Amino acid sequence: MSKYMVNLKINNVPLAVEEGTTILEAAKTLNFKIPTLCNHPDLTVAGNCRVCVVEVKGARLLSASCATPVSEGMEVFTNSEKVRTSRKHIVELLLSEHNSDCTKCKKNGNCELQSLALEYRVGDHTFLSVLKPKDLLPDLSSPSIVRDNSKCIRCQRCVRTCTELQGVNALCVAYKGDHQTISTFMNKPMNEVVCTNCGQCINRCPTGALTEKNSVDFVWDALYNQNKFVVVQTAPAVRIALGEELGYDPGERVTGKMVAALRKIGFNKVLDTDFTADLTILEEGFELLNRLKSVLVDQDETVKLPMMTSCSPGWIKFIEHIYPEMLGNLSTCKSPQQMFGALAKTYYAEKVNVKAQDMIVVSIMPCTAKKFECDRPEMRDSGFKDVDFVLTTRELALMIKQAGIDFRSLEPEAYDSILGESTGAGVIFGATGGVMEAALRTAYEVVTGREVPFTNLEIKPVRGMEGVKEASIKIKNVKPEFAHLEGVELNVAVAHGLSNARKVMDDVRDGKTNYHFIEVMGCPGGCLGGGGQPIPTSEEIRKKRAEAIYDEDHNMKLRKSHENPEVTALYEEFLGVPNGHKSHDLLHTHYKARIRY
Amino acid sequence: METKKLKKVDIIFENEQGLSMAVLEKTLKRNPDDIILDLIDSGLKGRGGAGFPTGLKWKFTKNEENPVKYVICNADEGEPGTFKDREIIERVPEKIFTGIAICGYVIGAKEGYIYIRGEYNFLLKNLNVKLQEFNEKLKKLHFDFKIYLRSGSGAYVCGEESALFESMEGFRGEPRNKPPYPTVAGYNSKPTAINNVETLVYTTMICHMGPEKFKALGTTDSRGSKVFSVSGDTPIPGIYELELGMPLHDFVEDFGDGDTKAVQIGGASGFCVTRKKFNDTIIGFEGIPTGGSMMIFNSSRSMYNVLHDYLEFFCEESCGQCTPCRIGCQQLLKGIEAVKRGERPPSYLEDLKKLTATMKIAAKCGLGQSVGNPFNSIVDNFREEIIY
Ligand SMILES: Cc1cc2nc3c(=O)[nH]c(=O)nc-3n(C[C@H](O)[C@H](O)[C@H](O)COP(=O)(O)O)c2cc1C
Ligand code: SF4
Repeated sequence: MSKYMVNLKINNVPLAVEEGTTILEAAKTLNFKIPTLCNHPDLTVAGNCRVCVVEVKGARLLSASCATPVSEGMEVFTNSEKVRTSRKHIVELLLSEHNSDCTKCKKNGNCELQSLALEYRVGDHTFLSVLKPKDLLPDLSSPSIVRDNSKCIRCQRCVRTCTELQGVNALCVAYKGDHQTISTFMNKPMNEVVCTNCGQCINRCPTGALTEKNSVDFVWDALYNQNKFVVVQTAPAVRIALGEELGYDPGERVTGKMVAALRKIGFNKVLDTDFTADLTILEEGFELLNRLKSVLVDQDETVKLPMMTSCSPGWIKFIEHIYPEMLGNLSTCKSPQQMFGALAKTYYAEKVNVKAQDMIVVSIMPCTAKKFECDRPEMRDSGFKDVDFVLTTRELALMIKQAGIDFRSLEPEAYDSILGESTGAGVIFGATGGVMEAALRTAYEVVTGREVPFTNLEIKPVRGMEGVKEASIKIKNVKPEFAHLEGVELNVAVAHGLSNARKVMDDVRDGKTNYHFIEVMGCPGGCLGGGGQPIPTSEEIRKKRAEAIYDEDHNMKLRKSHENPEVTALYEEFLGVPNGHKSHDLLHTHYKARIRY
Repeated sequence: METKKLKKVDIIFENEQGLSMAVLEKTLKRNPDDIILDLIDSGLKGRGGAGFPTGLKWKFTKNEENPVKYVICNADEGEPGTFKDREIIERVPEKIFTGIAICGYVIGAKEGYIYIRGEYNFLLKNLNVKLQEFNEKLKKLHFDFKIYLRSGSGAYVCGEESALFESMEGFRGEPRNKPPYPTVAGYNSKPTAINNVETLVYTTMICHMGPEKFKALGTTDSRGSKVFSVSGDTPIPGIYELELGMPLHDFVEDFGDGDTKAVQIGGASGFCVTRKKFNDTIIGFEGIPTGGSMMIFNSSRSMYNVLHDYLEFFCEESCGQCTPCRIGCQQLLKGIEAVKRGERPPSYLEDLKKLTATMKIAAKCGLGQSVGNPFNSIVDNFREEIIY
């Protein structure tokens, strides 16, 4: 259905836009900037902060431009006297409710309220403070997320994120009037509610009300400690986003410079989570093949299909709370971060001749849930805490700045070996569909002896930002030991963002699907859109990051996990075979049900 | 200016046996468009506060093409000083049901709802019995329409129509962005005609007596009569149905205690009028409109306390979602306290008045938009009482 064009004027400039366009969007096409706070490209319109109000000729009230569609003949003014006065009042009101100690705020310099205050030069605080003393006590209970209500402007972006994008509903609006606040179920601390620690709320908080639990100082302490051997691993999605925090455009890859910076900061070894991503593919791929055999040949009813990926700790906590009856479908593989930790303090410690108790493993992750994951009791199979500290991409950028490193002038460097080698398959773990693509590249070849039947190994149906993606591959001409898979149509699905996961899970629970394997990533876009990534985020930015990831893969010499020579060596020297005894001791685990709020 | 003498009338509570059913049977045989024309002709405007012409509202809803539409009777009656809907519900519920059913017939709805404030739960038992009888009668008339009851939970803002829909749908009672208006997308995002209790009873009565008799009452801008809730310093508090268009002076003559210094018209969100202006103030849409609340204050009352109470009410009853209202209300309250204590100069009242101008045009719903009404009218008329 073609849309009508609507004619209107904004600040006396005539234009025509499609019916249904908001005044805000229309103004943008003319490059008239209208400030916003509660508006976010990933979320539904709220229209509650009111800073985007504009004057429409003939109207008694100002209109919230984010929420008002254009109409024929409308005359809009974005900077009239009424608009300016109201906007300034609104910013002043927000500040009167705000704990404005910007110098001590973690979002100092990247805060939408601060920018507005600066733009409107609200220096002389006309209004009295209505900040509530009880809000001055931040909720520090969560290992991942700090909630500071004294910084909250009640825009409800976090609540909409938690409900609309993530379907988790950990955050909600409570009470009314002057007591209205953002809260949790029964006001419980964040570590006692259904929060998955995904950190998507942090990515969309315009102020410092939601931030990650900062671990930078712990890492500096470890680095300064002469008795510690500090190794660092970097997740696939960090290298394609770190630049954004350091003045680069979204989608610029800074892998080599990042490695160089980490060395300068003082890590003893700079290693790569991509290595254990490749390892995960072997473990998970063989697990899938084993499950298929158990179900198809042995008809073992205790073995569950579809198998679901287990790399995303936000997703894990989600399934523990919401779909505990389907925990048996979850792959038993630990996430790449935790496989890395477990190997670092065993296999690797031996290799570099360092005692495990003297080793500190630091992860740089695009993720806040990884902070929670590394604290889990299941993650101590090396005999120690497998991963000691997790820093987000943002925290790494902070360390680089604190260390006084001129990032732009750094010469790219390579990862240390061993545990530093990776393939393109490991890299694409950072994008939604990446684990699936990597797994198929390996599993198909293991079963048939041939490469997956897609040009350049690029399995396009599982790429992209569609919320739920599906694909099928017909398995033909198998090797003799996989005769039971001959002619099987392997059905897979990929979901990213927990609301999409919910859709898939409901369908699976209700028996509406015939999937064998499902990839779920907790965050929209996959890890590249993780809760620890640079702020702001939008689909446009996430698409650029995804392009960068696929470029990185495209440019790698090795693009299939089973071709990673360090992984091969690891099996030969240490683990034996995928899913073998040692693997099970170190690299696999089980999760337990949690209560539902 | 056209004015009317104060005159008591008896339309709303007239309760002749069988009246409702007779009106309903008669009206269901009429052409819906004719009913709308009658309503427009009668000049009936909404009695819930905003005063939108009822005939037009029904027409807009009727014109929407959608198989599912709703009629909603707003019985949230939350405005301080208003208690007339409760009396109507207790005494003439059938006339409300009839108005709802006629509206359903006109706009093409199959379901009607009465959203009744939580504090009126004690009315539910009786109302339910009457409602069941009425629904049975509808069945007998072979009119495919049913009325349901929904109870609120005690938030003033849920009387605002779009917050009411949210509440009925099971969400927080937060007003929505407009447009779309209820006639296009109301309850469950379907076209919805929402009217106050009293408005619906008047529609029943207009169908009963014809538009002529109704419009013979009142003035050009304010046709008909209206039920008033009279409270405060009066020897005869209570519910009175009066012809619209009388000067406030006449009203005070009849209802005041001889020492009236001010009348708050339209509840906490309305306007305060002082003795000086009793003569020039007309009760009606051309003067000061009211949802029915008339609070009379005599010279023993502190207008600072009155305003303070109203502001406390708004601080608590704002839904809290939008900045101008949530924080604005708190600033007004804290502001007059600070001026009273001498912590801010009297000129700070001017800053606060400017803030109410912003609230009036930038708040999301009628609640925040109207806080300036009592604030400015009390501060302007009783400045000394606020400062000293
Ligand atoms: C804060 C607020 C509270 C309201 N409360 C009520 C109420 O209790 N009852 C009512 O009929 N209308 C109330 N209204 C007005 C309704 O939004 C709506 O205009 C009315 O129900 C329409 O009916 P009418 O056209 O018959 O007046 C309120 C409006 C606002 C802004
Ligand atoms: S004006 Fe007040 S009640 Fe209305 S939406 Fe805004 S905060 Fe809520």
